[in-house]
Amino acid sequence: MADTEKQARRANGRWAGYWHLLLARMKELQREPEVIFWVFGFPLLLALGLGIAFRDKPADTASIVIVESSSSQRLVTLLQQSPERGAIHADVLDEHAALDQFRLGKYALVVSMDEQGVRYRYDPARPESVLARTQVDDALQSASGRKNPISTVATAASEPGARYIDFLIPGLIGMNLMNSGMWGIGFATVDMRQRKLLKRFIATPMRRGDFLLALMSSRLVLMVIEVALLLGFGALVFHLRVEGSLLAILLIGTLGAVSFGAIGLLTACRAQKIESVSGLINLVMMPMWIFSGVFFSYERFPQFVQPAIRALPLTALNDALRAIILQGAPLSSQFARIGVLALWGALCFVLALRWFRWS
Amino acid sequence: MEVAIQCRDLRKTYDRKVEAVRGVDLTIYAGECFGLLGPNGAGKTTTIEILEGLLEPTSGEVEVLGRNWRTHERELREQMGISLQETRLSERLSVRETVELFASFYRYPNSVESVLEELSLGEKADAWVGKLSGGQKQRLAVATALVANPKVLFLDEPTTGLDPQSRRQLWEIIRQFQERKGTVLLTTHYMDEAERLCDRLAIIDHGQIIAEGTPAELIARLTGHHVVEFAISGRSDGADDQVWRELPGVQGVRAEDGLFCLQVNEPHETIPALLSEVHKQGARLEHLTTRQASLEDVFVQLTGRHLREE
Repeated sequence: MADTEKQARRANGRWAGYWHLLLARMKELQREPEVIFWVFGFPLLLALGLGIAFRDKPADTASIVIVESSSSQRLVTLLQQSPERGAIHADVLDEHAALDQFRLGKYALVVSMDEQGVRYRYDPARPESVLARTQVDDALQSASGRKNPISTVATAASEPGARYIDFLIPGLIGMNLMNSGMWGIGFATVDMRQRKLLKRFIATPMRRGDFLLALMSSRLVLMVIEVALLLGFGALVFHLRVEGSLLAILLIGTLGAVSFGAIGLLTACRAQKIESVSGLINLVMMPMWIFSGVFFSYERFPQFVQPAIRALPLTALNDALRAIILQGAPLSSQFARIGVLALWGALCFVLALRWFRWS
Repeated sequence: MEVAIQCRDLRKTYDRKVEAVRGVDLTIYAGECFGLLGPNGAGKTTTIEILEGLLEPTSGEVEVLGRNWRTHERELREQMGISLQETRLSERLSVRETVELFASFYRYPNSVESVLEELSLGEKADAWVGKLSGGQKQRLAVATALVANPKVLFLDEPTTGLDPQSRRQLWEIIRQFQERKGTVLLTTHYMDEAERLCDRLAIIDHGQIIAEGTPAELIARLTGHHVVEFAISGRSDGADDQVWRELPGVQGVRAEDGLFCLQVNEPHETIPALLSEVHKQGARLEHLTTRQASLEDVFVQLTGRHLREE
């Protein structure tokens, strides 16, 4: 090629490779419908499904059955006179049918009456059964004239901020950042290694750091969309109130996305086959799905495992997100959780770089 | 002549057991097309990947454009265009996006449009890589190497699995690159490709170079530049194949799948004698052809095996 032409040709700047890698990655993601579904569609469906399943129903009605006898009508009358009558639905059946339906779970409680008084048949393992026994007993006692020694007032706490969906949305954001970080980085890396694309890249003057940086940056772009989508969805559909600052949420999201990207990179640093890295990724994520309080509070686990659970990166991410989104906690109050996340990210990144294989 | 690539006593041992390359010396001059010819598993890919700076040799010295991979990797990478064996490029990028991506890694790349044009990929520029045919994918792989505006082009089995037309198309592209003073190093296990495309070549087997020179030199070195192939039927049992060796002008005899191959210097002396010998034995000639000796014959004479057997 002539020299004049060579000089006229534009020279690539320092960051040309990085921008093209990032651009290529974004285009690839955008052209993969299954990625769009798993990253954006699936968490929304999960939020919608769980939000509906656990929505706050108008105070639960207890379904109970009364065994037919000479005094069953008296029980029905008593229940109808009680202040709890709205919360109790009672059917009258013969003993055999009543016990059968109780076993099948249609009724929470079997009530019968003989000369010695009222008998309750309940299942201590079923919370609604225990509850129904107390409710019915209260109803029968007060309808028969029991006076309460002190007067009490109960208020239902079902306003935004204290419902299950409020607990769920930050957890789903955390889980989604983990999923897409692990798959987005781990899977993509092994896929490119298997295709010998990584080897082809390092046969060019491409800077290896630029490649990893572009991979991480693509995660950050997706992270902003993921977080905005889930928060927006929660606000719109379930009237979720975001108490904390959006900037703080984004900063925590960035840290989460980068840390899980690093964990994904470490998981994928040597694997040669998609199949083997898929197993590894699931193995790494499994304990966090269970223990890190995505769907239910990890306080339910025994006390002695709590420190281990709090040391998991997803626990730190979920706790920080919940504190900021639900309680409006400032970023500075989340110092310890940020530290846990950052430590995981930094450690995994250093190890991943040390062990990384390009071919 | 200016030396483009040089290596001395190159050795590569995998896991301290498998000796893939066992002492290879090569000198490749600027502007020539040099071929590494050998069967699968001969050590061609290991050798070319060491020369490309992608594999560390167990021992030996490599110099490319007078530089060393250990000390001048970045500088060298800017001047190399490399096409690996079986790279599967991202299927969901278009042809143009793929070439643009590779162009972005180089400080002074070629223009993407002109490279696409040169490789007849202009029409397919906006098609996804996943939708390309085998020949188009192979041309794209070469395009990602050529867009580097390289001084040296490394091609590992560039035409394996391609139809004849696609292969000729690629040969033409390689020749054009050579006309612009480019140096080419390629590996192949196709004889005709080595013969037509390469200025010089090295035949490599079991990790060692067993012959080196221009295709014409290698064939000339063969004892007997012509091959007479024939098949007969109706011979009496126990007839000795030694009789063919004693015909005038015969340098070597091979029998394969009922076909005899005689390596001869002067076919016009050998063939009449062959015919009368067949007649004498009371056999019938089923098939008779003569052809120029090829690199395949060189390989068979050197190793006793065919190139594609493995």
